[in-house]
Amino acid sequence: MAETAGRLERLRPYRAVLASRARSQRAYRANFAVDLVSSLLVGVVELAEVWVLFTNVTALGGMRFNQILLVFGLADLAFSLADLSFGHLDNLPDFLRAGTLDVFYLRPQPVLAQLITSDISLRRLARAAVGAAAMGAGLTTSGVTWSPHAAVLLVLGLVSGYATFAGMFVLAAGLQFFLLDGAEMTNAFVYGGRYAATQPASVWTRPLKLVFGFFFPMAFTAYLPAVAILGLPGPQWLPAWLGWCAPAAALWSWATGLLCWRWGLRHYQGGGG
Amino acid sequence: MRATARVYWRLLAAGFRRQSAYRLAALGGLVANLTFGLLKVAILFATVRAAGGELHGYDTASMSTYVWLSQGLLGSVNLNGRTDLALRVKDGQVAVDFLRPVDLQAATLATEAGMSLFALIPRGLPSVLLGALVVGMRLPSNPVFYLLGTVSLLLGIVISAATVYLVAVAGFWLVETRGLQILYMLASGFLGGLYVPLALFPGWLRAVAAATPFPSIMMDPIDVLSGLGGEAHAAGLVLAQLAWLAGVAAAGQALTRAGRRRLEVQGG
Repeated sequence: MAETAGRLERLRPYRAVLASRARSQRAYRANFAVDLVSSLLVGVVELAEVWVLFTNVTALGGMRFNQILLVFGLADLAFSLADLSFGHLDNLPDFLRAGTLDVFYLRPQPVLAQLITSDISLRRLARAAVGAAAMGAGLTTSGVTWSPHAAVLLVLGLVSGYATFAGMFVLAAGLQFFLLDGAEMTNAFVYGGRYAATQPASVWTRPLKLVFGFFFPMAFTAYLPAVAILGLPGPQWLPAWLGWCAPAAALWSWATGLLCWRWGLRHYQGGGG
Repeated sequence: MRATARVYWRLLAAGFRRQSAYRLAALGGLVANLTFGLLKVAILFATVRAAGGELHGYDTASMSTYVWLSQGLLGSVNLNGRTDLALRVKDGQVAVDFLRPVDLQAATLATEAGMSLFALIPRGLPSVLLGALVVGMRLPSNPVFYLLGTVSLLLGIVISAATVYLVAVAGFWLVETRGLQILYMLASGFLGGLYVPLALFPGWLRAVAAATPFPSIMMDPIDVLSGLGGEAHAAGLVLAQLAWLAGVAAAGQALTRAGRRRLEVQGG
């Protein structure tokens, strides 16, 4: 009891910052509305890019459009939520360049925890809604046979997908200590990773399967859980049962992320101020 | 007249040099370009194969040409809508730009074009070369397409800068242009044919795209450079680009003049 109270007390500063950030975004109503609408449109246009392909063909990588909707929805919902809570780690190069990261060292809390809780982008909720709608449409129209198995896979896939994408943001942040101006390089696996996650992994070449199937485990965030839910056979190297291993991918993503973060933090020598 | 031309030439060269200072950034951009390119190849090749090996004039070799030319152009055309000028309009620093004895629009376009031209060296050419090496692609044998293609590419770069300029000067009325910037980002990428070639769009959506300047930024230079559709078609595309450039540039001039009278610099 006392232990829980102590933990709650320790988390209080984080909650205070997050609540203030959330309030500040809603303070300017018109601006917040514009942000929500543009975030919604981002999701819609991304979905339209997939839909355009399906105006030409009936199946891609062994999946029909309604089945792809499930992959796209799972991936975009998980990514948008990770972006909402971790996306601002992308601002680290600005802190490094301005030397303002040093302030975070002065507080008695871990730097990563402070950075993660330093902001929350509520506008991404609109994009998450597009993902959720696509996922719902995919689930209801692609003839999923509902069973406890399918439900567990869906929840497991979503939670692990969120954690996997979050781990990618941490990994990217760790690398920023070395890249500085080359920050765009990490877009290859963060935003490129999101793009990969919405694709049917069955269309990938072998090198892509290695890179986005396993090293940056994007196939585990949406495609593999979706294949397992739909009862489809997976392609070579990515059998459907791997859908159950999504939590392992999340662990791997966080292990590489945290390792890289520690490595980067030790490399950092201060802003010289 | 010659003196005026020299000023803008120097601004262009300054933009070129300015971009050359960020070599690591260019490398980062190249890595991201190549990764996205390989993923685009995977999904678009699968689409062509699912359609029986040929889709609206594209086979895998010409689809590869499309992918790598579009990835190569990405560093040189502005598809995100962000500009320094937008920030300067927002905080009023643009008042200083108005004091200079140069035309605001021409000076901005010259600098942006210089930066874009430099980006072709570390980002554009390597994207196309590495794509050709790793995936293979088809390039036209007729030199006319390279000549027209170069003109079309330059026009695309300037049209892109001139269109983003419109977003920036809209700030004279809106102050905060972030919403407009995101709209530009979405429309220019999607309707400009960044992810899927416009030929694969359904007819009505192609018509929507054709009513905007966005295809002339990326899709037209790619079509001209890859020689799809023959010489007459390519020449027609270049003429259409010229018309878009004239239209967008005239709109920019008009908005700058009207906005200059609206500009209110706060503080003392």
